[in-house]
Amino acid sequence: MANFASKGRRPHIKALRGLVMAVSALSFVSLLSLSNIEALAASGQETLPHSPVNADAKASALQLSGKPAGGTADHSKFEILQQDFKSGPEVTKACLSCHTEAADQVQHTLHWKWETKNEATGQTLGKRTVINSFCGNVASNEPRCTSCHAGYGWEDMRQPPPSDPEAVDCLVCHADTALYKKFPTKAGHPLYEPTPWNGKIVQPPNLSMAAQSVTNPQRENCGSCHYYGGGGDGVKHGDLDSSLNHPDAALDVHMNADGLNMACTACHSGSGHQWPGSRYSTEAKPTTITNDGEETKTAKIRSLDQHAGLMEPSASCESCHSARPHDGNDIMGIKLNDHTDTVACQTCHVPEFARGGVATKTLWDWSTAGKLKDGKPYKVMDEHGHPSYMSEKGDFEYAENVQPFYSWFNGETTWTLLDDTIDPTKVVEINALGGSATDGKSRIWPFKRMHSRQPYDKANNQLVYNHVFGKDDTALWTNFDWDKSVPAAMEFIGKDFSGELGFVDTYMYWPITHMVAPKEQAVRCTECHAKEGRLDGITGIYMPGRDNFKWLDWIGYAAFGLTLLGVLIHALLRIIFRNRKTQA
Amino acid sequence: MTDISSASGPAASKAKEAKSKVFHRKVKNYSRYERFWHWSQAILIFVLAFSGFTVHGTIRFIPFHSAVMMHDIAAFVLIFLWLFTAFWTFTTGQWRHFVPTNAGLWEVIMHYLVGMMRGQPHPYKRTLSRKQNPLQSFAYFSIMTLVGPLLWLSGLAYMFYSFWAGNSGNHEIFSLVVLLHLIGAFLMVAFVIGHIYMVTTGKTLIHYTKAMITGFEDMELTEAEVTYLEAHEPDRIK
Repeated sequence: MANFASKGRRPHIKALRGLVMAVSALSFVSLLSLSNIEALAASGQETLPHSPVNADAKASALQLSGKPAGGTADHSKFEILQQDFKSGPEVTKACLSCHTEAADQVQHTLHWKWETKNEATGQTLGKRTVINSFCGNVASNEPRCTSCHAGYGWEDMRQPPPSDPEAVDCLVCHADTALYKKFPTKAGHPLYEPTPWNGKIVQPPNLSMAAQSVTNPQRENCGSCHYYGGGGDGVKHGDLDSSLNHPDAALDVHMNADGLNMACTACHSGSGHQWPGSRYSTEAKPTTITNDGEETKTAKIRSLDQHAGLMEPSASCESCHSARPHDGNDIMGIKLNDHTDTVACQTCHVPEFARGGVATKTLWDWSTAGKLKDGKPYKVMDEHGHPSYMSEKGDFEYAENVQPFYSWFNGETTWTLLDDTIDPTKVVEINALGGSATDGKSRIWPFKRMHSRQPYDKANNQLVYNHVFGKDDTALWTNFDWDKSVPAAMEFIGKDFSGELGFVDTYMYWPITHMVAPKEQAVRCTECHAKEGRLDGITGIYMPGRDNFKWLDWIGYAAFGLTLLGVLIHALLRIIFRNRKTQA
Repeated sequence: MTDISSASGPAASKAKEAKSKVFHRKVKNYSRYERFWHWSQAILIFVLAFSGFTVHGTIRFIPFHSAVMMHDIAAFVLIFLWLFTAFWTFTTGQWRHFVPTNAGLWEVIMHYLVGMMRGQPHPYKRTLSRKQNPLQSFAYFSIMTLVGPLLWLSGLAYMFYSFWAGNSGNHEIFSLVVLLHLIGAFLMVAFVIGHIYMVTTGKTLIHYTKAMITGFEDMELTEAEVTYLEAHEPDRIK
């Protein structure tokens, strides 16, 4: 509890003071409740303000989500949640006794299926099949990767996720994250008994308390998976990491804990457990127009129209700010609004990512993985305390305050999947960005461009899966032997592997959209409207200050020079002949 | 080469009639509005050139966004001034001074190229009804009807491209607009250099500048003109 004070959140300082005074004066009963809180504090985690262990729980302390804070039910008063739950599915069963449709809804979402069909490209995408630039693939590494599945017990990617309604994990999204945590290697389950992990004994969560703490998802809930993708805090996205649990305005104006304090669902606002805003189909140029072609004038109307099915749900900036967001009463505002057809809001308003003090991984070279010292795996740390080499994973680079990579983007990505042929002489684009200056659908977007060197089949020129996790005799992280790990993964999914392993450079693009800075820190005009500026690589558009018409400039400056020369010569002649005086 | 004094036309014949007797007087050739127009236009063109070539990336003394703001505001003021002056020019009949003429144009050009070096006097005599020499009329007429409108029409298209380009990704036409605007800008710059230099070619280096500040200029008048001005427009003659 004490670490609330260090966050500078005044209400909690008061609460803390009150608590300390009460404790010093009060009886054995309050000491008991304090010991409960201390136990939580000792585990290095914070209880959320709404947690039932916090006596001052108030709905007003909740983050602003898609639904107004404060409902009509206090889950800590439901008898069904006060039982001694033995497992996650037991909790879910209790939830479903009231929330009858919840499991069915969840089981129709991307969060559950990890599979989505891209209508534009025909590709089947989703975590279940794609290869990324980080750990690579899920298949053959299930119990580790599916620790972030919104369910319990998906142990084989070759099969769809479990269809049992009680396999849905309600708690990971709805419980206080201080009270509930999926264990990293249990295929989505939390611990049910004390277990050694990294040299310590980890206690199982109290599922009853967790069940009583449920509410609308807080940033901590979404973040428990989305912050940690790729194997650690901030590793994957660059604009999503644990610094967004308590961000100040400089880090994110929307999630600012002392300001709007918006939860993820305030923007990713949908219904029936479906959230808009997937990377697999991005809205590069979001519309504020309904399916019938009506302009929606305000965010409230858009919200109503989306709920009424008159337009697609959207997690875009435009949803609230419209397509002309700057003040139209001054010339600068008008000028800035003129950019919205070609420049995504994020391009100016997220000047850098990984700004919260958590570094993001920018390079991952798998080709060096497997080296041992004295027959043992080892780790090298860089000067900032991030690993720069791990025998399990290879070489890394991390960075903070990273300037994005910019590209035209129409929202479509074409993925390099397992069966696609690659050209290993070039950098392979894991998710090639669609779009151009002229298609009318693209805007200039910021990305984290992840650079990796990944394993591929040299004979077939195809990317390969890799079996990294497991206490068996083939997993790379246990045996450090590429000649076993890749064939094991390929055999697991029944794909051919020639046996010739190579490593190929890859780029993977992560759209940057979070960590929206205060407007004073938005990208300055001159950072793009200049030669060698941020948008140097953007083609197909004339940018004042960056571009010119070579020949015209040449003629223009020559004309300037010659005119000047002309008058100088004329002036010189006048001076030379100044004493000549002839009568007309 | 024809002698300009023998050229036909009312001005020339009037000059011929009064050849016997010439009055050297100071006459207000440039009205208060005309001088205001000239100097405010001069300032605006300098601001526009300075800010415009900053936006273009040629010079970098001020930040890009300040240059854009300066350029937009100055452009609107200049367009307003231009439109109002067009109105003024027609309602006051001053437009007559700007109508280009070939008569004597060559002589004036040859004077600046050759005659001037020989110390010859200017071949063109200003009259009350025609206070600009043919080269001036030609230059000013071109600026006001070609280069000016080219600049501000392309400038307006440049400024309001969102209104006509919409969401079409129509970047080629935008480039063309920029191209035209830039051509206009280079022409205007060349004109301004030439113009400023020509100002120094009066009887003294500052003769013309002084005239554009005070409005008064030495003129050769006929007796009839002197009599008329003294009787009906005493403010215009000293």
